[in-house]
Formats: sequence, C-alpha cells, structure tokens
Amino acid sequence: MKSALEAIGAAAREQLAGAADLKALEELRIKFLGKKGELTALLKQMGGLSPEERPIIGQLANQVRQEIEEEIAQRQQALKSALAQQKLREEALDVTMPGKQLPMGHQHPLSLVLDEFKEIFLGMGFDVVQGPEVELDYYNFEALNIPKDHPARDTQDTFYINDNIVLRTQTSPVQVRTMEQRKPPIRIISPGRVYRSDAVDATHSPIFHQIEGLVVDKGITMADLKGCLETVVKRIYGDDAVVRFRPHHFPFTEPSAEVDIQCFNCKGEGCRLCKGEGWIEILGCGMVHPKVLSGCGIDPEVYSGFAFGIGLERLVMRRFNIDDLRLFYDNDLRFLSQF
Amino acid sequence: MDLSMRWMRDFVALDEMPPRAFCEALTMSGSKVEGYKVEGSDIKNVVVGQVTAMERHPDSDHLWICQVDVGTESVQIVTGAQNVHQGDYVPVAKHNSLLPGGHKITKGKLRGVESCGMLCSLGELGLTAHDFPYAIEDGIFILGEDCDRTLGKEIQSAIGLNDTCVEFEITSNRPDCLSVTGLAREAAATFGVPFTLPKPEVTGCGDGDSIENHLKVDVLNGDLCLRYMAAVVKNVKIGPSPRWMRERLRASGVRPINNIVDITNYVMLEYGQPMHAFDLKYVKDNHIVVRNAAAGEHITTLDGVERALSPEMLVIADAQSPSAVAGVMGGEYSGIQDDTQTIVFESACFQGSSVRLTAKKLGMRTESSGRFEKGLDPNTCPLALARACQLVEQLGAGDVVAGVIDRDHSCHEPRKIPFDSHWINSFIGIDIPESQMVEYLRRLEVEVKDGFAIPPTYRADLEHKADIAEEVARLYGYDKIPTTALRGLAEGRPTPRQQFDRKASALCRAMGYSEICTYTFISPKLYDKINLPAQSPLRRSVVISNPLGEDTSIMRTTALPSMLDVLARNYSNRNLDAALYELAVEFLPTSDNELPQEKPAIVLGAYGKDWDFYALKGSVETLLTQLGVEDAEFAPCQDNPSYHPGRCSVLTAGGQVLGVLGEIHPAVCENYGIEVRVYAAQLDADALFALRSPEKKYVPLPKFPASTRDLAVTCDDTTPVAQLRKVIRQRAGKLLEQLELFDVYKGAQIPEGKKSVAYSLVLRAADHTLTVEECDKVMASIFQGLAEVGAEVRR
Repeated sequence: MKSALEAIGAAAREQLAGAADLKALEELRIKFLGKKGELTALLKQMGGLSPEERPIIGQLANQVRQEIEEEIAQRQQALKSALAQQKLREEALDVTMPGKQLPMGHQHPLSLVLDEFKEIFLGMGFDVVQGPEVELDYYNFEALNIPKDHPARDTQDTFYINDNIVLRTQTSPVQVRTMEQRKPPIRIISPGRVYRSDAVDATHSPIFHQIEGLVVDKGITMADLKGCLETVVKRIYGDDAVVRFRPHHFPFTEPSAEVDIQCFNCKGEGCRLCKGEGWIEILGCGMVHPKVLSGCGIDPEVYSGFAFGIGLERLVMRRFNIDDLRLFYDNDLRFLSQF
Repeated sequence: MDLSMRWMRDFVALDEMPPRAFCEALTMSGSKVEGYKVEGSDIKNVVVGQVTAMERHPDSDHLWICQVDVGTESVQIVTGAQNVHQGDYVPVAKHNSLLPGGHKITKGKLRGVESCGMLCSLGELGLTAHDFPYAIEDGIFILGEDCDRTLGKEIQSAIGLNDTCVEFEITSNRPDCLSVTGLAREAAATFGVPFTLPKPEVTGCGDGDSIENHLKVDVLNGDLCLRYMAAVVKNVKIGPSPRWMRERLRASGVRPINNIVDITNYVMLEYGQPMHAFDLKYVKDNHIVVRNAAAGEHITTLDGVERALSPEMLVIADAQSPSAVAGVMGGEYSGIQDDTQTIVFESACFQGSSVRLTAKKLGMRTESSGRFEKGLDPNTCPLALARACQLVEQLGAGDVVAGVIDRDHSCHEPRKIPFDSHWINSFIGIDIPESQMVEYLRRLEVEVKDGFAIPPTYRADLEHKADIAEEVARLYGYDKIPTTALRGLAEGRPTPRQQFDRKASALCRAMGYSEICTYTFISPKLYDKINLPAQSPLRRSVVISNPLGEDTSIMRTTALPSMLDVLARNYSNRNLDAALYELAVEFLPTSDNELPQEKPAIVLGAYGKDWDFYALKGSVETLLTQLGVEDAEFAPCQDNPSYHPGRCSVLTAGGQVLGVLGEIHPAVCENYGIEVRVYAAQLDADALFALRSPEKKYVPLPKFPASTRDLAVTCDDTTPVAQLRKVIRQRAGKLLEQLELFDVYKGAQIPEGKKSVAYSLVLRAADHTLTVEECDKVMASIFQGLAEVGAEVRR
C-alpha cells in the first residue's frame, strides 16, 4: 500500500510536469484526486489495513494528496502566467505608428503673441480697452496735439473717409476716449488694428496692429515709464535683454523716447540683422504731453502720465524669425498650423 | 541729413574720436544716427605718383608702358589710357591694392610686359567729374594743382577723399538740425565743448553802387512771408567752385554744379536756410512782389512743368508774372545760366503750413519746401544771406553790391517758458541741482532768467515746460534716469466681453478651426463674388476717399468674402482640408458724418473630406452650448444669395437673427475657383454675448430611475424634424430628460414621398419612480400631438 501510494505520487508528479495546458492539468487533477481518481480508489482499500498501519498510511496518503495539490497549484500558476505572457506578446503594437490626431485648430501668431502681452499687462494692473477703427479726425489727430496743418500728418499716411473721419493711424485715440471717460488713476493698454497707406511688401502692410499703453496718476515720472517698460521688455525678451532709452519726438508725448534692445544676434557689435547699429528699435514712448492731458479734461498740474506704443507685426516676425509680413494676412494653413 | 565731420569741425572744437563713439553719443542725446561712412575706406594702397617716362608697348598699338615714381621707388605700369603724358601726377594703385567695389589690383603681365599696378580714373576711385570738373571721365585722373602732389602720398588725403559722413534721422520738430551748424551745436552740447559761429563778414565792392539801384521788393502778404531778404551780386563769373567746397557738398550728398549754385546749396546745408539765386535780367522792372497767386495764374517751374496756381498759394513775382512758387521751386527762366551777369540772392522765411499745403497741392515736394514746412527761424535769413555774399567774395565769383533788402514781418518777442527745477526733477524722476540744469540749457543757448527759460528763436519746438524738461533729460542722459516700479495698487481684469471673445476663440480651436486675420477693407467687386443682389443694403459701405487701390477701397459690411478668399487661397495652395475662423469686424455705415457701426462677427469656414452641413451645424451648436446661448432655433433659409438654397439655415432666438450657416452656393464657389463644397457660418457676436446665460447652474444628480422609450413615425419627406421635435418636447413636458433622433429612413416599406424618423426618449421624474402608466400616458399624448402634424406612429 505504501509503495502504491508513493507510485501514485511519483506518477502524478511526472504527468503534471508534462501537462501542456490548463485543460490537461484539470484532467490530471480528476485522474488523481477526483472522486473516482486513483488516490481515492486506493484509499478505499484502507479498510483492509491493520490499526497500526492505518494512521501511518493515512498520514502518507494525506501527504501525497497535499503534494499533488501543491504541484497542481504551482503548475496552474505557471501555465496561467505563461498564457498571460503569451497574450501580452501577441498584443504587442508598433508604437512607432502615428497616433490618432484630435483636430485642434491653431491660434494666429498675431493673436497668440497679443494674448501674451495682455497677460503681462493684466498682471501689472492694466485694463484692456478697445475703440473704433474708423475714427474721428479729432481723436486720431487733434486731441493728440496734431492739428490739421501739422507736418506729422504727412509722415502718417492716413486713409480718409471724409474730412472728419479717418481710419485710425494709431490706437492712441482709444487713450483719449478713455481719459475723457475715466478719472485717474488710469492704467490701460489698447491693442488693435491700425491703418496707414503703405503699399504691401515684405515689411509693410496698410493694416497692422499696435499695442499702446497709458498710465495717468499723481506723481507719475519718467523713471516710472522706464521701470514699467523695462519690466515688460524683459518679460518678452528674457531677463538678459539689454534695453536702452533714447530721445525721440512724438507730438503727443514730451519728453519722448524710443526703446531699443541690444541686438541678440551680435550683442551690440553690429550685424546684418540690426543693420550694423547693434540695436533694434522696438517701441516708442514718452510722458503724456500736458496739452493732451488738459484737452481730455485732466489737470496736468495735478496729474502726469506716460504712454507707449509697440508694433505687433515686427515683434512677432522677430520672435518667430518670419521674414515676410504678408504671411500673416495670407492665412495659408501651412503657415498657421506652425503656431 | 548727411553730416560732413570735417565741416562740422569748423564750428566745434571736438577731440578726435572714433566715429562710432561720436554716433553713439549723438544718438543718446537725441540726434539719431542711422549710420556713417568713412570716405575712401574702400581704397587701399593707392598713392600719388608721377609719370617719369613713357613708351609704346611693342605688341600693342594702344597700350603704353609708363615708369611711375611713387616716392619710395619707381614702378612700371602698363596703361591703355591715352590722356597720360610724361610729368603728369596720377593716382597709382600699387601691387596688392584695393579699389571701391572690392576690386583688387595685383601685378601681372599685359601682352608679355610686366605691370606692377594700375593708373586710376575718377570712376575707379568712386568719383565723378562733378568732384573734379577739370578731369575727364574716360581717362586717367590727372591730379590738378588743387591736390597734394607729394609723391607716395596716400591718395585719400591727397585729393580730400577722407571725410567721415554721418547720416542722421532728424525728427520733424528739429528743422534747425537739418544743418551743419545745428548738428555742430548739438555735438558741442553733447560733449560739453565750445561752439563758435563766426559772423560772416562782407567787404563789398566799394564802387558806390547800392542795391536800391538794382532791385525793389514789396511783400504783400506778411502772414505767409515772414521775412524776405535779398542781396545783389554783379559781374558774376560762373565757374566751378573750389575743391574744399565740392568735397563738402559731396560728403553731404549734394552734387556740385557751379560756384553760384554751389554757394546756395552750401549755405543751405550750413545754416539750414534754403537760398534761392536768380538772374536779375528776368525780373521785369527789377521789381519783386511777394503775393498770393491770382486766380487762373500759371507758372512753368524749373523742371519744365506748367503748373496751375491757386489764390491761397504764395508766389514770388515780378511786375508782371510769377517767377517762383514761394519756398517750393523757381520758375523756368530763373536759373543761373552761363551768361548770367547779375544775380539776386533770396533769403526768406515763408510760413510752414502754407508751403506744405502748396507743395502738396502742386505735387512737388522739394528740398526747400521740406525745410520751410517744418517752420524756419526768420532770424537765420540775415546770417545766411551774409554768408552767401561772403562766399561770393571768397570764391571771386562776383562783386557784392552794397546793402541788403529786408522786409521783416516776423515777431521778435522772445518766448518765455516757466522754469522750475523742482518740477523738472519730480517730472523726470531725478534729483539734480538747478545749476546743472541751467548749464545744460546754456549749452543749447536757452537762457534761464527770473524763473523763465528763454529759448533761441530757431527752437520753435520749445513751448512748454515739459519741452524744457526734455532738454534737461536728454543732456543728463536718459540712461542715467533711474527705473522705478509703478506705485499703488491696481487690478487689471478682462471684461466679460473680452472673456467671451477669448472663450469663443478657444472653442473654435478646440473644434479644429484655425484662426485667420484678414484685411478689413476689400474690393466692392467681392460683393459680386458672393452674389449680393444689386439692391442689397450690404452694398452700402464706408468708402475710403484715398485708397491704395480698388482692392482695398471700402470697409467690408460682411466678413464672408474675406473668409472665402482665404479658403480659396488655401484650396489653390493644395491644402486638402481647411477649417478656419475669424473674430472679424464688419462696418455698417450710419449717416455721413457719424462713425459707422463696428459689428463683431464670428465667422467659420471649412472644406474637405470631413465636412458636410451637419458637421458645420454641430460646430455652431457646440459653440452656442458652450457659450451658454440656449433656445436658439435653426430654420431653413432659401433666400440668402451666398448660400445653397436647400442647405442653408438661419439661426434665431426669440425672433432675433443670430446668424446664418450652410453650404456656400455653388455659383459663389465657382466665382472663387473652389471646386469642392464649402461650408460657412456667420454669427453675430454681440447678439450671442447678450443672450449668454452668465452662470452655470448645478442640478442635483437624479435619485430615481429613468424610463427609456423609442418612437418611430412616418411623415412627409418635407416635414422638418425640428417640427416633430418641438411637438415631442411640448407634449412630454418636464418629464422629458433626453430626446435623441437616431434614425431617418426612406425606402422599402415606406411609401414614396414619406420618411421614417426614429427617436429615443428618456423620461424621468425628479421625485418618484415613473410608473408604466405614467409613461404610457405621456407617450399617448406625444402620439396624438404627432398625428396632428401629420406624423403617424409606426407600431
């Protein structure tokens, strides 16, 4: 009996090791451990054993059963895991195949950069104000200290609707309208489309965009102007941007300045990019002319302010190395989808 | 303005310094330098030589073999020029020399004979016969007595081709800086060195003659002619001007002509005062009248063009007819000819805006008008006139007749501007002593006295105390002004409208549309292209009176043509699919002297394989939902001429039109050259903004289960499903949670002219579980309602 048990144990171990799949394993479990299985059949013969032998054989039988069960469990585990592995292998994909694209649209580079500007200025406490593009001559010129015969009118080639109405040549009229409506303190930017009668070429367009800004309060100084614009320029061009303020002339500011940044290509040595000057002009600014303030009903003896204007197209062109301004208005998707 | 550094040094004792440092300093003090050019810097190793011997080339009938003494040695040079003689002084480009245009000269053999360089012509040195009138252009430049003929001397200094010219960008408020003296004054102020302007001395010919014997002047309009001065020069000897004068004119970008013309240009460049010289024999009755033109009067100007004058224009006339347009251009016969014997120098000051308008109206902007229109100083007239006479004597160009004529209508009252150093300090944000400010102003010849700053008369731009602050600030240095942060709290925030636009824009992109940016002015022909009927009110546009061309001549009343234009461009550029949007502005005229209404629109446009009417409509629906616009209705629209009559819908809410969408009319596509179906939507952004629900509302999640019922009806093919939907919603009332159309079928089992429409309904009550009876009751009511509109329920 003992040897028969050991024989069953050995046979089970051998056959289980050869079980190829879970089904074969289950068949072997039934064959050895089932109600009609070999071990059960053998144990049925236990009745014929002596009382001394019975516990010994009983213990051995349990041991054999336990061994077989463990073997089955182990084998089952191995087969399952092999199966899972195989499934994973079969499911392997070519991960270098292209992904499924969601059809996302692209923001126009001009509005993309304009949004960045708005963020910067909102963070500095500026409101964004808009105004009409077809504008009264008064707001576009006269209120800005540019009377009818002023030579500056020649330099800003203006589109006229009639004697009193023009296509705005700058977004400054929005500043005038704001000053008429709001009392200081005022901190605004007025971005938008402006019009000048320049023929279209790689660097000119009769329609382009400006971002102008205005700050009016008690005690605003030119040092504030410098501080504010230096912050903005560094936010746009990076903290290592070198900025210079140089005197200039605009009819609506006094003192006036233009702001240059040192050419990032040649670091001020002079190269083709900066036309040998070492500096690139990026914006115009100045202290609001007292005549402009008083014309808007703000007492220049009490308040002072500064204003600035930035051309958006040139800035975006430099930012992305775009060499032709016409691309902005052609709206070719091969261009747009790069942004 | 091109400035000759050599000329400038007549007036300012400036240390030698690299041109770059000079330019940098002037730029930072307010005179912006565009660039500079060192004359002769592109010439190397070219020296003065003398031809000591010449013989014919043995193998050529035109080449000469010259022995040339270049100081340190004698070199052999072969030349093909025929104007060289033994003893001539010539420019010699030695072996390894460089000429303008990057031409390199090395020794070589010409038909077997060694040539160790080249003899140069004017052209090869970058010059013309205007620079050296005695030299010929198609031969070697034989150096005259006006050149330094030291053998071996570097050619640049030998012939005076060694000036430095600095190009300035002068702003319109500083006409005084369009002159050598003006810029010299700025340079002196910038570097803090003395500026001296010598008073021109005229000796006169001393023959007892007087100007009254030659000329009488009357100024009839003293408002437009602030000052008119004249001097007379007789026994004029026309000839070339001396080298130093030609050199300076050349460096300033002016071509030398003859001594008299050169003097007028020289004085204009030196003082910024336009000068006019004209032949006295063409002045009828020797009487000059400065007056307004008579109606119908004409003048043939120096350029040979006959021009019609109008009464607001100021002319210089003789007893009979106009001989010059004041400050703009002289008349045909006024120029200096070779036989001119007596001339008049005119040094006048005309009112700026009058000159500007006249020049503009006549379409001839000249050097002279460009200066006058900026407003010149009447006090420069006598200086400039004396300088011209002084130069005449210096050049031996004629005899200056004693006396000048001076008709002065200008105001000599000095301008007084309040000066307050505390205010300047606090306005600029600096802290410098008053004495320092006074010193800066002194350098600019602005006198500070009794709390006032008194600017010189040539500084018409200084009017206000802010102008004085700028003068102080720029000489102190903008770069030395500190930078401070804005004080005080301020909160910037986008307005609800700006947030709305931004959200609409982001939504369009999320749905796959890319943003475009188009011109707001268009061609009126585009209205034809989108099939607008002749009587359409949209054809009434704001018209630009001076457009660049017809293509950009009117402000658009609809942004659709712009969108189609961009789609067409993308189509012709072979972009297979396109989905685009624009937050556009449309301009609707009101009355003539009022500003137009600027109406913002959201415009969508698309073509390509993924697009059909329902894809476009889905975009619009998503946009509306996401923007919080509820209860919008889509109705068929057959009468929009730009759209396919069977595939166009008008979008309304409570009777208000919000926009239109659909497939673009095939004829319009054809006009644009697009051969695929195009879809577009135009939405009124203001209306959508007004209708949006401001806040999102939370509804608690349902506590009771829902019942789902399906429903299919047959109805006329022409019945819009919106009608069925409306009935179902009405009848189901509050219990209807969801209604989805899942099938529309035509064909077998459905009679001709009919369609089957199937819906899935989700019914739910908020407060209890719906019973079967309740659901049946609702469905029965729906069936009845559908039957009333001719839709029969299929069982």
